[in-house]
Amino acid sequence: MSGNQDQPPTRIAWSVVLIVFLTLALSLVALIFSASVLSGFINIGSDLTSAYFLLALGILGIAISGYVAVEARRRMVKMKTAVSPVMTTEQCVKCDYKKVREFQQGDYIFKEIGSCPKCKVNTLMITAIYKEVKEKEKDRYPV
Amino acid sequence: MYVMLNEVGGSLFRLKYIKEEGRKIAIETVKEIGKPQADPTDKIDRFLEYFTIGPQSLDPAGVVWKLEHILDVRDTRLKDEVKLMAPASNETQVNNLENTLEAASALNFIYKVVRHYYLLGKKTKNLYVIMQIQMILPLVMREAEAYASALKAFAYGQPIGDGAGALVAAKIMHGYEVRKIEKDCVVATVPYEGRTAFIIKAEGPGGNVGKPGDAVKSIIEENGGKIGMVIMIDAALKLEGEELGEVAEGVGPAIGGPGVDQYKIEDELVKYNIPINAVVIKEDVGDAVSPLRKEEFEAADRALERVKQLVVEKTKEGDKVIIAGIGNTIGIGQ
Repeated sequence: MSGNQDQPPTRIAWSVVLIVFLTLALSLVALIFSASVLSGFINIGSDLTSAYFLLALGILGIAISGYVAVEARRRMVKMKTAVSPVMTTEQCVKCDYKKVREFQQGDYIFKEIGSCPKCKVNTLMITAIYKEVKEKEKDRYPV
Repeated sequence: MYVMLNEVGGSLFRLKYIKEEGRKIAIETVKEIGKPQADPTDKIDRFLEYFTIGPQSLDPAGVVWKLEHILDVRDTRLKDEVKLMAPASNETQVNNLENTLEAASALNFIYKVVRHYYLLGKKTKNLYVIMQIQMILPLVMREAEAYASALKAFAYGQPIGDGAGALVAAKIMHGYEVRKIEKDCVVATVPYEGRTAFIIKAEGPGGNVGKPGDAVKSIIEENGGKIGMVIMIDAALKLEGEELGEVAEGVGPAIGGPGVDQYKIEDELVKYNIPINAVVIKEDVGDAVSPLRKEEFEAADRALERVKQLVVEKTKEGDKVIIAGIGNTIGIGQ
């Protein structure tokens, strides 16, 4: 457990990026070549099998490189833990003044933080600290 | 077997990331708050490997006191270590730092256990070794993620879900004179619906659970056992399908932990034949150690109403009642 221990990567590896780009480039070349043959721009005789083969190869290559790129990105996003902002509510003990702001270090519930900016007489106090989490899968299993 | 190994390997990779992030947060927090002269990294790494050996229970008589002694020694030792690595921190910050380091230590332990089974499974090529960890992996990952969010909450001193009980007590005692009682607890004497209520909670706003067992015992003894009822409020683990922040009522001491405080409270209640009721706020393990959610905060008001109802229905005017808010009081004053 020392500081120089190798740490998990926090971004997509260069080797993956290189492979994706190489596959993408070769697929595009194959697509362009097959399109040229099929449109009659390049004449290689009446046998069009190679052109269709290259077309299929190009589409497959683009699909695979796209999938690898999306998957690598998804893994990186999954690595990071989602954090919802924690909010602090400041309230005057007497008047109706209320302010919700982001949590700052040193905040705690029932902390007196000075006088109310509205009535200028009474104490301003932290009355609530909580985070709001949006439920993504609330009705997925309605049991 | 290779599919299982692959699945465990992927989770282990993620666990390593979470653990390293935890360690990084712990080091940064100690440096920021404690302002140490030297680099605290080595001391923190040593802290993360810290262990506690439980008492021998072959002869169970007196095991509670042995356990209490070991827990006290552990607590003192950990606090001393934190004070050494963060000399500029005050008492509240020492408590918060201790909690932060304990969460980082828990993450380190989870990672090492999962790695142990993964490597053992690879080495022995035994399906059952790897199956053991693969089957409980989703639960292990949930716990690890809970500790990861706890770490940030402890580092910043934010209230956590476990403090829902302490929050209810704080809401009742706020504005009344508070005195320190037993270890790291406070009590306020509050006129409550024509009764006298002794409101107990751990002393905030530092990360602290106190010793509510000793506090309840002490108040009962102070009043010669003449207590009409004890009500304990705590956060309780919810089952899947139950709503977060659901408030439920029951009987018995609502308190978790190693069991020392529960034992002391039960012992005292039996001695004086005092009825005990419990009000719990439901939440899952992740919510219990991560920053307090809006649903839990709002549930504290509903729990407060239930406590009031209990006091009115189950005791007579002029009675004395003890209301104890249990849980980690980090980010909650009084």
